Amino acid sequence: MQNYEAVFILTPVLSDVQMKETVEKFESILKDAGAEIVNVENWGLKKLAYPIQKKSTGFYNMIEFKADPSIVANLELNFRREEKVIRFLTIKQEKYAAAYAEKRRGNKTKKED
Amino acid sequence: MAQQQSEIRYLTAPTIDVKKKKYCRFKKSGIKYIDYKDPEFLKKFLNEQGKILPRRITGTSLKFQRRVAQAVKRARHLALLPYVTDMMK
Repeated sequence: MQNYEAVFILTPVLSDVQMKETVEKFESILKDAGAEIVNVENWGLKKLAYPIQKKSTGFYNMIEFKADPSIVANLELNFRREEKVIRFLTIKQEKYAAAYAEKRRGNKTKKED
Repeated sequence: MAQQQSEIRYLTAPTIDVKKKKYCRFKKSGIKYIDYKDPEFLKKFLNEQGKILPRRITGTSLKFQRRVAQAVKRARHLALLPYVTDMMK
């Protein structure tokens, strides 16, 4: 099992409900494949630094999960197939990145309290 | 000759600029991981055109320069930072 994080950008044309559905879809893909979801973050509608597919904004989402390396290829395939996803990036969290992510999660929960 | 040289007088004492030693900010403050999700921080390592600044200017150690470059490239892919721009700051 490795720690991964996947950031993906959804098209701004979606409604909030559609967006959440799409995020849930990817969560369920991961869960079905036997991954353990650690954290899900929605950064909201953000301006892109440069246009992608003629769009200047996008919904940023991040999923952190623990999984076997074989699952990542499947996830990325699903990202490519989904037209609502305009950009994605999956990253393996190495030792320091994992520590940083944990700290970041800690800070986030503190803010919410 | 020697006497002539001593005749030169300056109004203000010539400042021989003392070179401030550059240091790697990551090593100094103990940062182990550079987050690509924080574009505001990464902007410190870019020039106005959005290019990555060389080590010779920022003073970053080789190890962390590689990680900065990696983080900047990831941020660019996710449209958090531009690939090309003018007047970024």
